[in-house]
Amino acid sequence: MGLFKSTFSKIRQGLTATRETLLGGVVDMLRGRTLNDELIDEIEARLIRADVGLTPTRRLIDGLRADYKAGKISRGEDVLEYLKRELKALWPEEDRRLRFAPPAEGGPHTPTVILVAGVNGAGKTTSIAKLAKALRDEGNTVLLGACDTFRAGAVRQLEIWAERLGVDVVRGKQGGDPGAVAFDACDAAVARKIDVLILDTAGRLHTQDPLMRQLVKIRDVTARRIPGAPHEVILVLDATAGQNAIRQAQEFSGAIGVTGVFLTKLDGTARGGVVIGVREALGVPVKFIGVGETLDDIQPFEPDAFVEAMFATE
Amino acid sequence: MFERLSEGFSTALRRLSGKGAITEDNVREAMGDIRDALLEADVHYDVVKQFTDEAMRDAVGREVTKSLEPGQEMIGVVHDRLVAMMSPADGSEPGVPRASPSPTVVMMCGLQGSGKTTTCGKLAAYLKKRGRSVMLAAADLQRPAAVDQLRIVAEQVRDEMPGGATVRFYAEPDKVAAYGKAVGVAVDVCKRAYAEAQKQGVDVLILDTAGRLHVNDELMQELERVNTALKPHQVLLVVDAMTGQDAINSAKAFHERLAIDGVILTKFDSDTRGGAAISVKHVTGAPIRFIGVGEKLDALEEFHAPRIAGRILGMGDVVSLVEKARDQVSDEDAERMAEKMAKGQLTMDDFLGQLRSLRKMGPMKQLLGMLPGVGSAIKDVNIDDKQLDRVEGIVNSMTAQERKHANLVNNSRRRRIAHGSGVGTTEVSQLLKQFDAVSKLSKQMSGMGMMGQMKAMRNLEQAGAGAMNNTQLPDMSGLRTRGSTHTVSPKKRFKQRKKR
Ligand SMILES: Nc1nc2c(ncn2[C@@H]2O[C@H](COP(=O)(O)OP(=O)(O)OP(=O)(O)O)[C@@H](O)[C@H]2O)c(=O)[nH]1
Ligand SMILES: [Mg+2]
Repeated sequence: MGLFKSTFSKIRQGLTATRETLLGGVVDMLRGRTLNDELIDEIEARLIRADVGLTPTRRLIDGLRADYKAGKISRGEDVLEYLKRELKALWPEEDRRLRFAPPAEGGPHTPTVILVAGVNGAGKTTSIAKLAKALRDEGNTVLLGACDTFRAGAVRQLEIWAERLGVDVVRGKQGGDPGAVAFDACDAAVARKIDVLILDTAGRLHTQDPLMRQLVKIRDVTARRIPGAPHEVILVLDATAGQNAIRQAQEFSGAIGVTGVFLTKLDGTARGGVVIGVREALGVPVKFIGVGETLDDIQPFEPDAFVEAMFATE
Repeated sequence: MFERLSEGFSTALRRLSGKGAITEDNVREAMGDIRDALLEADVHYDVVKQFTDEAMRDAVGREVTKSLEPGQEMIGVVHDRLVAMMSPADGSEPGVPRASPSPTVVMMCGLQGSGKTTTCGKLAAYLKKRGRSVMLAAADLQRPAAVDQLRIVAEQVRDEMPGGATVRFYAEPDKVAAYGKAVGVAVDVCKRAYAEAQKQGVDVLILDTAGRLHVNDELMQELERVNTALKPHQVLLVVDAMTGQDAINSAKAFHERLAIDGVILTKFDSDTRGGAAISVKHVTGAPIRFIGVGEKLDALEEFHAPRIAGRILGMGDVVSLVEKARDQVSDEDAERMAEKMAKGQLTMDDFLGQLRSLRKMGPMKQLLGMLPGVGSAIKDVNIDDKQLDRVEGIVNSMTAQERKHANLVNNSRRRRIAHGSGVGTTEVSQLLKQFDAVSKLSKQMSGMGMMGQMKAMRNLEQAGAGAMNNTQLPDMSGLRTRGSTHTVSPKKRFKQRKKR
């Protein structure tokens, strides 16, 4: 499915100089250097400072050292190639695409349902607005479901984005049952023959059992209303998060079966390396990255750029 | 992790025990474990390096105390250093100063999504409870509905939170604009909020600023301008406790621009080990004042370094547990209990009472997660609170005599109790056995110092973990925790510990 490609290449061209720096390009610490034990130590430190975590870092560094000892790697630049290879193997391209409901062949129209979840403040609502715009720009009809009935101002926040985009929002009562909102949103999506329904949920810590159960309920509601739903379950992770993100991913996956990660706030100095641990622990790929607060600050996740950004100027 | 650390040191130092001083070779390997623990806890790489080097210097040359396990002694050294690193340099207590003339201005700042708005509400509730009037001013003109969010939060504090002081809200909704379109406008809004607060005689003005990246120069300048215009008495940096290595970069940048006075760590009710606390303190030198422990407006607690230090080392959060327990039990009750425990006179009735108040404190898994070593052990265990119903059932089926003297329970009594509570006889035996272990332990533990308690806890942990596997009685550890620490208040204990 070529979806998203054209939109994203347009976005990429529009990137400012600073963003280009952030997304790689400047790989000063490796360029023109010869590999030796000291440089390998530096690389290890760099990976840890990028939140890659001890276990994945050790695995990557052991592999690197082995290749170095075997004479397969000798230059700083080769290190990048090595890491890019490793990460591409972790996240094959087909895994990184958005999943859609299978096209209806004569049957009733089936909207694609994307359920979005994550801890408080990770960037769910903003990322949903970005996704909605990208999908809409590709010619899809989009509907949003405001299942965050808890946080003050949450529904209004989603509505403001929706107004800017010209898409509709299904909402319920403040403090009401988010499952009921999901129910109504699904039925509205079917009735209006919507292509993609995206459900915003309240931020919740993965340690809060009742709230995690509520999420399961939302998921179950969508499954009952629309066959195969949710087709995509996106966990929004903040790039500034440390090793706790692995626990987050485990708990959210256990509850609602996460199918992809949206990694936000990569426009700062955080590198989001914890997604490597997330992938190793759960097999969940990163699908999108957030690089700012406006609607166009979304990109498909690319392992190459990710690796380069890790070695860009700190 | 705590277990592993402690063992690592013990192995390294066993040879020395009682006969000499710690040498560099002895500790190097074990220090590696400390390093890993700190990195896993998200303490910044450079800070960890400096820390382990210094701790090593501290440790080398120290005499190994005869009576204690050397491993635990080392952990003690590390723990104390962590505490020292996180404690305010001037020993000051959390709180908001009283400026004259009023209002006292508090400016909240931080990255996007760190929890500023909710924290503004919590701080307002904290002040209201202490009889201080507050005005919350919405200076986030950028994030959609941020102003609405603060207004609702302000209303909630005003209408629902305890205290008599007034809570006001100031905003200029017409100034709200899309991202990047209204940079700088916040400065004037803040100035007018100040004038209004002054006019109304408000005690504390809290400014809720928009979340921003420390590398966004334009937005950082906006904060600088607010800072120059209003000269806040407190600039508080709000940091997500789950932050990783980047905490150091953002905290440093905010501090360089605004001279941070204090830090509030949010989302501490997650299971993060919270190493960001150390990184942030390290680069800013600003004390951590409060921690946010929930979404409710009263979920703000004063920061205690020893607690977080323990958590970072994987030692659990016993003190929080003790404080939770304090909410449920009066001081006299607790003292009576401590006395009984010290004399080994604990009865099944006491136990039942304790169990009940323990259960009022919250779901078992959350409580157990606060205990040293238990947290990680039960991560994937599904603890069924129904289990506790059965325990209650067992005790309820015992006669008054039996509850007082558990050793009266012979085979036929055991059968009767099992029958009465609908469980198997082995379950009854197990409960009695564990009860016996705990009451012995509590007798031993009273009168021990911190090190001794740590050791005793470790023993209990092992018993506790065993109990977990056959899903009996994970809760008895709560019994011990409370009794053992109640004779001295946690605050006093911290002071004593610091003096050592
Ligand atoms: N710089 C930057 N900021 C982002 C990005 N994504 C989201 N944000 C900001 O992060 C903050 C929180 O975003 P929200 O979308 O409200 O997060 P949320 O997960 O929906 O929050 P809750 O619903 O309160 O749990 C907002 O200020 C967003 O503008 C990103 O990629 N880069
Ligand atoms: Mg949201």
